[in-house]
Amino acid sequence: MLLKNRLHNTLSEIGQAWTLFFQTLVQIFRPPLQFDLLTKQLLLVGFNSLAVVLVSGFFTGMVLGIQGYIQLKPFAVEGSVARFVCVSVVKELGPMITAFVLAGRIGASITAELSTMKVTEQIDALEVMGTNPVKYLVVPRFLACAIMLPTLTIFSTFAGIAGGFIAVVSLFDVNGHFFLLEVQRNLFVASVLVSLIKATSFGMAIAAVGCYKGFSISTAGGAEGVGTATTGSAVISLIAILVLDFILNHILFNILGWV
Amino acid sequence: MILVKNIWKNFGGKSVLNGLSLEIPRGETLVIMGRSGCGKSVLLKIITGLLAADAGEIWFDGTEISQLNAKQLNAIRRKIGMLFQSAALFDSMTVAENIAFMLDQHTKLTHAEMRKIVDEKLSLVDLEGVQELRPAELSGGMRKRVGLARALAFNPEVIFYDEPTTGLDPVTCNEINQLIRDLHEKLKVTSVVVTHDMHSAFSVATRMAMIHEGKQIAYGNPDEIINNDDPILQQFILFGAPDQILNMANPVLQEFIGKRDR
Ligand SMILES: Nc1ncnc2c1ncn2[C@@H]1O[C@H](COP(=O)(O)OP(=O)(O)OP(=O)(O)O)[C@@H](O)[C@H]1O
Ligand SMILES: [Mg+2]
Repeated sequence: MLLKNRLHNTLSEIGQAWTLFFQTLVQIFRPPLQFDLLTKQLLLVGFNSLAVVLVSGFFTGMVLGIQGYIQLKPFAVEGSVARFVCVSVVKELGPMITAFVLAGRIGASITAELSTMKVTEQIDALEVMGTNPVKYLVVPRFLACAIMLPTLTIFSTFAGIAGGFIAVVSLFDVNGHFFLLEVQRNLFVASVLVSLIKATSFGMAIAAVGCYKGFSISTAGGAEGVGTATTGSAVISLIAILVLDFILNHILFNILGWV
Repeated sequence: MILVKNIWKNFGGKSVLNGLSLEIPRGETLVIMGRSGCGKSVLLKIITGLLAADAGEIWFDGTEISQLNAKQLNAIRRKIGMLFQSAALFDSMTVAENIAFMLDQHTKLTHAEMRKIVDEKLSLVDLEGVQELRPAELSGGMRKRVGLARALAFNPEVIFYDEPTTGLDPVTCNEINQLIRDLHEKLKVTSVVVTHDMHSAFSVATRMAMIHEGKQIAYGNPDEIINNDDPILQQFILFGAPDQILNMANPVLQEFIGKRDR
């Protein structure tokens, strides 16, 4: 019985989250544009996360370089380490690491902010003044995440390749020029497209989960409710990113047959 | 005219409103009284469409609000001003931005024009020089008054006040009461005032209603309310109303007062 209730709650939450997502899509195309709100969110999401994203990307790249070299060496194909680093970072780890960083930073902070507004009746105030909270609060955050995630992914991807390069070239007997040439040979437009598609989807998922968790708290939730919602938001975003990544990999590489 | 018809509301099995009906005639100032926790704030949120009732209807000038789409509901809401019990100011904005919010959202006024309206509304609630402060930097009473200024900024036809004078000093209280009376007399605004402050209630009301156990138990003009012999109502007034009102000829009350003074 308890399990059945939980399942029922979870399903209805997923339903409500999708409803919010579609409302957001509708509101994006309704004028006015609210350019000032969007700019503010873009700065908040992008600028404040750049350093963390660069550092995370860089270290991931270094680890990949070391592991890749050691694993490939017994097969005498250690020359492929550049390809290994490049392909993993571009198609998989660049978007993934960036999304993880932003889920923890931005997703959680969106939830904290919106749920605080909810319990202090600020969202009621917006509504009673004839302003749509989805349009005013969700749309700018959603767009900012959808735009900034791919942008930051480009940075983290470069940082990752740079990290791999530095680790491999400085620690092992691999020629730097050869490494870069290999990277260039393995960097396809399609791969970059995959990376951006993934990043954009992750960005939308983070914002959608963050906003939904913020809005779904009851006015009676109080400070405790805000705390629970915020942790919940980060955890659900992380899971959503992983699931989405699997689905996108399946669709893009398995069904559509990209390489 | 706003009609509240047979409203039911419960929160997780705990019933708050049990078939409440109420009439708010145009141009009147209706004071709603009731014990703490009896559902007055919930009622205001149901009337303004912020909360959905479990059953019942809210009619605004002949339209039932649950039948409206978002756009039509927003059109009605632009004619409404609401002062929340908690003031509900936007804490990421300055006082001036809070007050100008509706002007900014729904009009094309210039910055200077909005500025002028902000200053004007702030002086109505007897506040000055706080334009650039954030809500967190204000005292509780100041926040309430900024909330009131924000509620008035769009020149609403209907204003809901949730405890407008709680937490204010007697002098400011009096000014707020005067402001509510002025809006009634000069601008013919329809007002709904939730208050525990009997002094304020009798000074602004043209109609009064008492809610008890989720139902309306008394309704009428202040004279009728004073002379209503419902014991729950009488107790409420007795413990809160100023003496000049209690001294009005009312045998039931006189008896109560006799007991109290003995
Ligand atoms: N969002 C909510 N979730 C759950 N219960 C609620 C919610 N809002 C109000 N309640 C409950 O409804 C009842 C009425 O609350 P309400 O705030 O309307 O009281 P009130 O009459 O305004 O009291 P006061 O005079 O103290 O402001 C309370 O018992 C409260 O616990
Ligand atoms: Mg209340």
